[in-house]
Amino acid sequence: MSRPASPSVIVDHSKCIANKGCRTCIDSCPTDILAIDHEGRVIMAYDQCWYCLPCEHDCPTGAIKVEIPYLLR
Amino acid sequence: MAEADYPTRHIVTDILVIGGGTAGPLAAIKAKTRNPALKVLLLDKANVKRAGAIAEGMDSVNNAVIPGHATPKQYVKEITIANDGIVNQASIHAYAVRSHDMIRELDSWGVKFEKDETGDYAVKKVHHMGAYVLPMPEGYAVKKVIYKQIRKQGVDVTNRLIATRLLLAKDGSVAGAMTLDSRSGEFVVIRAKAVVLCTGAAGRLGLPASGYLFGTYENPTNAGDGYSMAYHAGAELSGLECFQINPLIKDYNGPACAYVTGPFGGFTVNAKGERFIKSDYWSGQMMLEFWRELEGGNGPVFLKLDHLAEETVTRIENILHITERPTRGRFHEGRHTDYRSDLVEMHISEIGLCGGHSASGVWVDENARTTVPRLYAAGDLCNVAHNYMLGAMVFGAIAGADAAELYGEGPLPEIDEAQIEVERQRVYAPLRRQEGLEAEQVEYKLRRMVNDYLQPPKVTRKMEIGLDRFAEIRADLEHIKAGNPHELMRAMEVFAILDCAELAAHASLYRTESRWGLYHYRPDHAERDDANWFCFVEVRKGADGRPEVFRRPVPDYIVPVGEDERNAYNELRVEAAQ
Repeated sequence: MSRPASPSVIVDHSKCIANKGCRTCIDSCPTDILAIDHEGRVIMAYDQCWYCLPCEHDCPTGAIKVEIPYLLR
Repeated sequence: MAEADYPTRHIVTDILVIGGGTAGPLAAIKAKTRNPALKVLLLDKANVKRAGAIAEGMDSVNNAVIPGHATPKQYVKEITIANDGIVNQASIHAYAVRSHDMIRELDSWGVKFEKDETGDYAVKKVHHMGAYVLPMPEGYAVKKVIYKQIRKQGVDVTNRLIATRLLLAKDGSVAGAMTLDSRSGEFVVIRAKAVVLCTGAAGRLGLPASGYLFGTYENPTNAGDGYSMAYHAGAELSGLECFQINPLIKDYNGPACAYVTGPFGGFTVNAKGERFIKSDYWSGQMMLEFWRELEGGNGPVFLKLDHLAEETVTRIENILHITERPTRGRFHEGRHTDYRSDLVEMHISEIGLCGGHSASGVWVDENARTTVPRLYAAGDLCNVAHNYMLGAMVFGAIAGADAAELYGEGPLPEIDEAQIEVERQRVYAPLRRQEGLEAEQVEYKLRRMVNDYLQPPKVTRKMEIGLDRFAEIRADLEHIKAGNPHELMRAMEVFAILDCAELAAHASLYRTESRWGLYHYRPDHAERDDANWFCFVEVRKGADGRPEVFRRPVPDYIVPVGEDERNAYNELRVEAAQ
């Protein structure tokens, strides 16, 4: 399936340290929907979010904000 | 990548625990402490640190049996009545007598439980009869505390492996599992002397009203894999007609949660602002009254907190917006709902299968043994009625210790290697297809059909049509395609969801009576019929490969239930609201 047009996991790339090798959010996501794109940035690759927050809570730089998926909002 | 690019890797361990959520970690810890010389492997399809229903913690123990507040016998009686008599009291008793010790052990590890000024556990009353709810003020940390124990005991942990089938030994016992690495795409065969299945509920069965596939009540990684694996290994599944249906925040689809708000003075009301149920404890009987209110013109149904003092509401927010489902606060904010001035609109969840919240799971005895040698089940996956988080931990502990004791020192069972190639072919088939159906579309259609045909009220003709549709979708499974290991994982989950849907339909059709309130409400057979149906309904894979449905007698009670008590949970409606 294609990448969601309006992702519920929002990454602030100015704070994210994926370029330093951090993979914390990718490792903590229960549904394994976060990935590194071709430019080395963290993206929500699949629209399979449980809006559960481990990615946001475990992020060492506070770069992630999870929103309620649109269909539930 | 072509299938040939994904190699098969082999692992050998003594005890394999599948599922790193709630029951699994305790199974692994207790197997290891029973015999530290054993190799114990804890596997999860996600990351054990954040796996399962309590990835973001839990706000309370729903079923604490603590001296001075309740006795094991009282608890066994309460759950027997709440589950309309269809229980194996021996397994509920096995939990109840270990409940207090488990709380004290978790306490010693660093899990915080609410205590009164004397240092005693501060138990609250939410159930219809006794008092069993123990708040966990820092419940968000429970997974972290347990993870430290996993590391301390030397349990091996492996993440991102999805188990697809159990390995069978030549004698029909279980000898490990076959798994797919959802990152690398490797096929990983794990041989073990015993397997403890702790894969949680079948939570991706019904489609939530929102239509969002992953907006489920249960953690959506709990797709029913364990039900499917146990079934194909020949194990007996129990009570699959006793669905899980919960009262949840509408659209958000998470608990409100009555166990938290009830002791603070919150309660459920109808559109007129009137109370209509006496107890907010989750039972099928309560859900039937809830459903009648929603459907009968008195809805919507709301959780009422706006009468509470400011400091009380703040305390509730500090629990509900931090633990278990912490995005609750964001959802309310988006809808402009403030507990201080607004009622919280409630709804009923999609259907699921779950031992921990209702009573639908793999049959186990009081030692957590399934009907297949060397295979254990614990947590939401096993049918120990209303067992919840603490029950999952206790049954995990029982399973791990028993497996280590019985099988830890023995030989590795011999297997027939042919089954590995058969499973490899099945698992990688979607990757081989250039053209085909998207797993997501098949899943959506399947779960919509589950809603259309299996959701109570259960109508015979509808369920029969449902089985026809499910058979057509089974043919569609031969056309699912996947582009990478992640999509392959999701595709394999659809196979498990379909197994659960078919088995739930067969079990529901077999029991020609109504029982457990809404969980098995059949208008064609509207009355409870103890003369014919005071028994478990069980399903296993028959010799012809088709589901075989049969009765299992309810074992003799350890704790007798008086005639005057047995209907207590059928008298939940507040008379004035009728």
